[in-house]
Amino acid sequence: MKRGEVKLITDGKRIDGRKPEEMRNVEIKLDVISRSDGSAEVAFGKTRVLASVYGPRALFPKYLQEHETGILRCRYSMAPFSVDERKSPAPDRRSIELSKVIRLALEPAIFLEDFPKTVVDVYLEVIEADGSTRVTGINASSLALALAGIPMRDLVCACSVGKINDTLILDLNGREDNYSEVDMAFAMMPGKGKITLLQMDGLVTKEELKKLIEIAKSTCEKIYEMQKNALREKYRVSE
Amino acid sequence: MNEKERPIVLPGEFLCEREGKRIGDNVYEENGKVFSKVIGIPKITESEISVIALSGKYMPKVGDRVIGTIIGVEVAGWFVDINSPYVAFLPLGEAVEEFVDTSRVDISKYYDVNEVIFCRILKVAKNKIIQVTMHDLHAKKLVGGVLVKITPSKVPRVIGKGGSMINLIKNKTNCELLVGQNGVIWVKGKDKSKAIEAILLIEKESHIIGLTEKVEKMLSEEK
Repeated sequence: MKRGEVKLITDGKRIDGRKPEEMRNVEIKLDVISRSDGSAEVAFGKTRVLASVYGPRALFPKYLQEHETGILRCRYSMAPFSVDERKSPAPDRRSIELSKVIRLALEPAIFLEDFPKTVVDVYLEVIEADGSTRVTGINASSLALALAGIPMRDLVCACSVGKINDTLILDLNGREDNYSEVDMAFAMMPGKGKITLLQMDGLVTKEELKKLIEIAKSTCEKIYEMQKNALREKYRVSE
Repeated sequence: MNEKERPIVLPGEFLCEREGKRIGDNVYEENGKVFSKVIGIPKITESEISVIALSGKYMPKVGDRVIGTIIGVEVAGWFVDINSPYVAFLPLGEAVEEFVDTSRVDISKYYDVNEVIFCRILKVAKNKIIQVTMHDLHAKKLVGGVLVKITPSKVPRVIGKGGSMINLIKNKTNCELLVGQNGVIWVKGKDKSKAIEAILLIEKESHIIGLTEKVEKMLSEEK
């Protein structure tokens, strides 16, 4: 089966019963890994990603060090049991690309120049994959970075949008990811209104693209509030 | 909001207009507006805007008194781990008063690997080459005891206003305590497990008001 050949929308409802512009349930857990400097687990429906941040810490081998600024390293990896058919745990072409994409989405938000010669490591582990793993990963790493006390311009929020049979949809699940006509990963710093990631697959018209970006922006605002609430909740004393 | 808490700001949160005030720690300016860089407690005075971070690594500053561990002995000095991403260097001249002929003397007789020192940060170059010195009133080698690591930004809470918190722990547990600005605390004494427990409680709940009373209650309870 090819893209666009599977019926994904019937009577205005998607295969999991959502409306076109409805998000899946979002679940946020903070500080899930005690030995890391900051960690977070974010779930969008059945997609679940674990992010942990270590650093800033000394970078070796020494030739990797940057004199004027620190560097950010991201590692995106899917657990072998996260998908239907076992995935080899070795980094493949897709994982390497996504690691880079996530790094580029996070880099504009971090004041790396505050700690020259060091590295900040972000490890992303996809526990369950059901579409939109990279944006879930970006949300998780944004929270983990904030918890680790890394100086940031703003939190980074991300979501995915797409198109099925001329209907624009939000937050794609696994099947929609595979068979929709268009899927677009989107990340931004909502407080600053700056887009840090825009990736798209498929064909859209100019108007549709504008509409997609608009939907993604308003969703990121919602996720921004969720992230802020989660962080505030952590420091609320229960008494 | 609960009255017992301090207001928390998050990265990217607007603090106030700059209006000629000084930009302090953990904040940045954009078009005359000042934002927070980290999760923390805002501190806006008449002259300065800053945020006290609730987590993060220690970044060395000149004049800080820190607790370090010797990790390497060189020809004319020592490398010191100061609980930071950067390793500090203690030159021979900054550690020993007398003349030492390095060709004859093995300087590990002064300080050896794994020994703990209380020292002052002398110099921080732009490229983060750090020097420490033992030429300080309080600088000394720390023998025995254990080291506890906390978030460096919470050190002022452990010390308390005018040393109220640290004196409380000292009095209640009869322990010797020494706090480094880098978040390393040296504890020595018979009742050290109780002192460590109190320190970890402060670290965990540093953002609430009325912490001294809570620690006092905790220390008196378990007698």
